[in-house]
Amino acid sequence: MSPTSSHRADGMSRKYDVLVIGGGNAALCAAISARRGGASVLVLEGAPKFYRGGNTRHTRNMRCAHDAATEILTGPYTEEEFWEDLLRVTGGQTDEVLARHMIRESKDILNWIVEQGVRWQPSLGGTLSLGRTNSFFLGGGRAMLNALYLTAERLGVDVEYDAEVTDLVIDDGMFLAARLEQPIKGETEIRATSLVAAAGGFEANIEWLKQYWGDAADNFLIRGTPYNRGSILKMLLAKGVQEVGDPTQCHAVAIDARAPKFDGGIITRHDSVVFGIVVNKHAQRFYDEGEDIWPKRYAIWGRLVAAQPDQIAYIIFDSTVVTSFMPTLFPPIAGQTVAELAGKLELDPAALENTITEFNAAVRPGTFDHTILDDCRTEGITPQKTHWARRIETPPYLAYPVRPGITFTYLGTRVTREARMLMADGKPSANMFAAGEIMAGNVLGKGYAAGIGMTIGSVFGRIAGREAAKHARN
Amino acid sequence: MHGTRILDEADRLMTVCNSCRYCEGLCAVFPAMEMRRAFSDGDLNYLANLCHSCGACYVDCQFSPPHEFNVNVPKTLAVARAESYAAYAWPQALSGAFSRNGLVISIVTALSMAAFILGFAALNDRGVLFGVHTSPGAFYRLMPHNAMAALFSAAFLYAILALVMSVRAFWRDIGTPIGGRADGGSIFQAIRDAGELRYLHGGGVGCYNEDEKPTDRRKLFHHLTFYGFLLCFAATSVATLYHYLLGREAPYPWWDLPVVLGTLGGIGLIVGPIGLFAAKMRRDPALLDEQRYGMDVGFIAMLFLTGFTGILLLILRETAAMGPLLALHLGAVFALFITMPYGKFVHGIYRFAALVRYAQERRSEAGS
Repeated sequence: MSPTSSHRADGMSRKYDVLVIGGGNAALCAAISARRGGASVLVLEGAPKFYRGGNTRHTRNMRCAHDAATEILTGPYTEEEFWEDLLRVTGGQTDEVLARHMIRESKDILNWIVEQGVRWQPSLGGTLSLGRTNSFFLGGGRAMLNALYLTAERLGVDVEYDAEVTDLVIDDGMFLAARLEQPIKGETEIRATSLVAAAGGFEANIEWLKQYWGDAADNFLIRGTPYNRGSILKMLLAKGVQEVGDPTQCHAVAIDARAPKFDGGIITRHDSVVFGIVVNKHAQRFYDEGEDIWPKRYAIWGRLVAAQPDQIAYIIFDSTVVTSFMPTLFPPIAGQTVAELAGKLELDPAALENTITEFNAAVRPGTFDHTILDDCRTEGITPQKTHWARRIETPPYLAYPVRPGITFTYLGTRVTREARMLMADGKPSANMFAAGEIMAGNVLGKGYAAGIGMTIGSVFGRIAGREAAKHARN
Repeated sequence: MHGTRILDEADRLMTVCNSCRYCEGLCAVFPAMEMRRAFSDGDLNYLANLCHSCGACYVDCQFSPPHEFNVNVPKTLAVARAESYAAYAWPQALSGAFSRNGLVISIVTALSMAAFILGFAALNDRGVLFGVHTSPGAFYRLMPHNAMAALFSAAFLYAILALVMSVRAFWRDIGTPIGGRADGGSIFQAIRDAGELRYLHGGGVGCYNEDEKPTDRRKLFHHLTFYGFLLCFAATSVATLYHYLLGREAPYPWWDLPVVLGTLGGIGLIVGPIGLFAAKMRRDPALLDEQRYGMDVGFIAMLFLTGFTGILLLILRETAAMGPLLALHLGAVFALFITMPYGKFVHGIYRFAALVRYAQERRSEAGS
């Protein structure tokens, strides 16, 4: 019952069982799962082929519960421990029933995803802290996507690229058709019995971000795909789907200010905050650089920088710590004196000298150990640096300029355990399902734990595909 | 800044890759990269020769073109690798042979074949050249065994000398650890890794060539070519032993060891190069060092020619075509020998040295 390619040539006038909008991990898991469930499936990816897969392209691992060590995981990670981690990072902003369901299902995903051609490897160099909890994709997220697309194609899933959905026809919580605009083929309408929306969040839509952040959003860098503009999310919410998650919030980390506006990915990140100080454009410190260990500190600095004037800050350190962190894409900016460095950063030299002198004077003796909350701290300055404080005094003086790098947004569509969308009136939709970032806010109301976005994508993608196919069969 | 533009580009890419590391499970290049924070010319030449060009890191990379970071490791390392062949060539005066390698190989091969044909024609009667010779020693009626042995030994020994001098320069440049001669364990590991082409595997699923699907069969065809070459070499070696130790002269019957080895090897040298050439024709141009197309194809063609003339000689050795075919075959083999240090053949030598170095690094890392 799969439509043949001749039907596609007719402007895809044939009705599919399941229409999947989106092209990342969640979308492909949904497409494969629906196809394996006997449905005819069409995937509409808004990006061109090279950029297919949304933010999955930039991912590298997935967090799944498991009761014993495996070939690539160094020890067990129980459902309960996963749940506690989730509770901690979200501060309780999660749907417990849904979250526990996802965690339970994640166990089987470890095997299921391998059956779809994805390959695992042990944690990457420099990520040993994730070796027990997270399974890494051999070759990274794009390798994972290539495997999923290959499997989907072999199963007979149809995929259209550059396929921007311009409108959804929804009647009383029932999906009827999607209108589609493609560069050469023009406009088409696609009907399907079920819809799976897996089209990501709206982090690449600067105008939308501006509604909550004002002009500051102009200075945000978007770490992932420029195609996550949230158009599907907006349509669904406008047509009566219940929303979930705080629309004003997004996950942001400090990334190099020299990174491209979009799609700089993981390599633009900086994790050198603990080895120095961070100043704003007035050369003033503004937060305790030694507050917490990775990954918590990693996730707060984007928001901290976003709150500074012009959304820019500078991590300042000296030559003694250069090899203490992973090599960086952009080299540090260097000066033989603090004044020279300030000049290159276009900061007030006197102000920067003053900040560093004050900081150095406040550093108390201690034993440095960046793997624990050590006893190297400052006294008598505000803000304090409560751990890992060491004097910055060995030239050359070095700096990384950083800006907020937006990873994803939390606003989404509310769903049930079956990944079925709930309408604003509380009724479940007849035939609309959601998976991935577009519904992540159900389980991840705030915060982040490494790899959990992929867990949400694969688990709910698989469920959404299965349920969508089941609906189409009935 | 490095000595060449391609090394500058390789340095830029290794800096990008070292801050990403998603590819570290794919092959040896990325783990070796991670052992370094900065890259000397020698380091980059080492990484370039460690790369087997399986293409996996290109299709897996979120930053490969058209992304503005323009990360194309296979192509960049392929160019750097080819330039390293010239940089380490011995004597340096002949390093120019690498810049128009296809032309050089063609001319040398043509001249070599022509020389054998002319030599056979000049030194033999028409009746001998086009005669039918079947008894033991038949080949040596056209060219005396001692002359043949002396000529080919000289060419072979020269090739060995030039290769040893070249790889010595490479070995020094890639910075052998202090006091570090290659230990037996590392060499054994490298022999295994090279013998099974461990890193020509796309991280496990196979190589990539024309697109993002791991459908390439280069590993198979490379095995056919390489082991075909070794079998032919073994055939010649066994025949030499027969000649000097047992006093048995070629040609040997079809079931005898030199012929069996040579036949199997010859088939490998026909099928393998054809497969490799077909794969090269299909390869995404984005991954190819197109400047060195001539070098790659020249070497493939030379191996094919060696196998093809050898098999033809075997089939037609009892006919009047034997004389001219023997001249062509010897011409091909001679050209192969003398161009070994100045053509694509060197890739195997440098890559093996790089694999030894990599095995050393892994062992010292595990031991530390």
